[in-house]
Amino acid sequence: MKTEPEQSPPPRIKYFISEKIDGLFLSLYDVHKFMVRFFKEAFMPPYEFKEIINQCYQVGYRSLPLVSLTGFIVGIVFTKQSRPSLSTFGASSWLPSLISIAIIRALAPLVTALIAAGKVGSNMGAELGSMKVTEQIDAMEVSATNPFKFLVTTRILAITCMLPILVLYMGFVGMMGSYLNIHLTEQTSFAAFVRSAFSTISFLDIFSSVLKSAVYGFTIGVAGCYQGYHAQNGTQGVGRAANSAVVVSMFMIFIEEMLIVQVINAIR
Amino acid sequence: MDNKEVVISIKDLKKSFGSLSVLKGIDLDVYKGENVAVLGRSGTGKSVLIKIISGLLKPDSGTVKVLGEEVDKISIAELQKLRLKIGFSFQSSALYDSMTVRQNLEFPLVRNRRNLSKQEVGKAIEEVLNDVGLSQTINQMPSELSGGQRKRIGIARTLILKPEVMLYDEPTSGLDPITSIDINNLIVQVQKEYNTTSIIITHDLTCAKHTADKVAMLLDGRFLAQGTFKEVFSTDNESVKTFYDYNFINDK
Repeated sequence: MKTEPEQSPPPRIKYFISEKIDGLFLSLYDVHKFMVRFFKEAFMPPYEFKEIINQCYQVGYRSLPLVSLTGFIVGIVFTKQSRPSLSTFGASSWLPSLISIAIIRALAPLVTALIAAGKVGSNMGAELGSMKVTEQIDAMEVSATNPFKFLVTTRILAITCMLPILVLYMGFVGMMGSYLNIHLTEQTSFAAFVRSAFSTISFLDIFSSVLKSAVYGFTIGVAGCYQGYHAQNGTQGVGRAANSAVVVSMFMIFIEEMLIVQVINAIR
Repeated sequence: MDNKEVVISIKDLKKSFGSLSVLKGIDLDVYKGENVAVLGRSGTGKSVLIKIISGLLKPDSGTVKVLGEEVDKISIAELQKLRLKIGFSFQSSALYDSMTVRQNLEFPLVRNRRNLSKQEVGKAIEEVLNDVGLSQTINQMPSELSGGQRKRIGIARTLILKPEVMLYDEPTSGLDPITSIDINNLIVQVQKEYNTTSIIITHDLTCAKHTADKVAMLLDGRFLAQGTFKEVFSTDNESVKTFYDYNFINDK
């Protein structure tokens, strides 16, 4: 009887630390390369102005209904929830100041960024992922179009530019929600509300809010595009890319929020 | 071939993915105006070969020259220029699914020929759609097209840049026999009308027989045989004969 020759076991792969930790560092290196490429492509001609404007429309204008509704509700709810505590100390008149600080410094940037991570980040991951697995990105490349510049750079630039605008808009809508609640409860005039709200807000508050929302926008763009651009394994890979885009964006946004707040407070 | 100008020249090309060696040193010369079919079973590295030729993948070693340019050695800008002369028809057609047929055809043209007027772009789209016989689909979305129509539009999208070299990846896969014959005729028509030099990756012997001036049989990472269809399949090599028998069981 013939016997099968004994097969030697496959060679063992050597890792520096372990498979998972090595993989994590390799992924971080990949993301770093991806960001370096973004900065190179973003500042090198030809510029994709038309596509950037198209993406700004998709990212910014199309997010307005959701941002408006969320901002308005956040303003009303936060005012309603804060009133009893302030009333206990007879400090209801401080409501506009409290609301404006909370919304401008923290709520507007954070809530808008989380909405964008869910809506825009997942969209980028799924759209680019689908293009990747159906070879549309390869098709673009072989037709002498730089897919990174056309698909990735434009999307990251668009979300980085549009998120600060959405944050300012949400801040405004949130304040309007808050004003409506205060006006209906305490008959405060609009002028008095604005005076009180802006008495405690400094330029640094608005500037830091805009700056950190640009950082969040960049993070969402990089996470969404990176996951989509590197999607593999068919439709399952597309789903995974969309999911990872949201999870990674949100995780990074919270870490960045914590770090930026420390820096801003040190400056303040 | 009367004209012996080499358009695609491959020498000792090797490519591996991890421990899996896909191409183990292949040589191929494709002359101007010639259609060469690369035959082989699934997973033998046929698609890898044309992805290397188009610069989508980098070889591990060996040289690949297209129109005199060494694909993996030239700069990105030079590669982009070269790609304007290479048309690539994907197995999945790879049409941009968020764009209409018109926008799919317009996309490579307006991005690479920025001086063209709207009328010239429109005329070029009409012409190329007429060539592939699908003028009526101009405003349709890719999802509304049949498999054969998608392949034709995919080919039209590459033809709009008037390429000198055409690379077809499994042009007849997933199509019924009659639609496959239409695609085969289109490949021959493209060769004549556009004077292209082509590599056709396929495991469909009918396609190879109909479209190719020369065939190359890829097996286990190497070309087992090269020559005309008749030369290659009159061999005594068991692997080649088996491949032929499975495809042309009633045609021998």
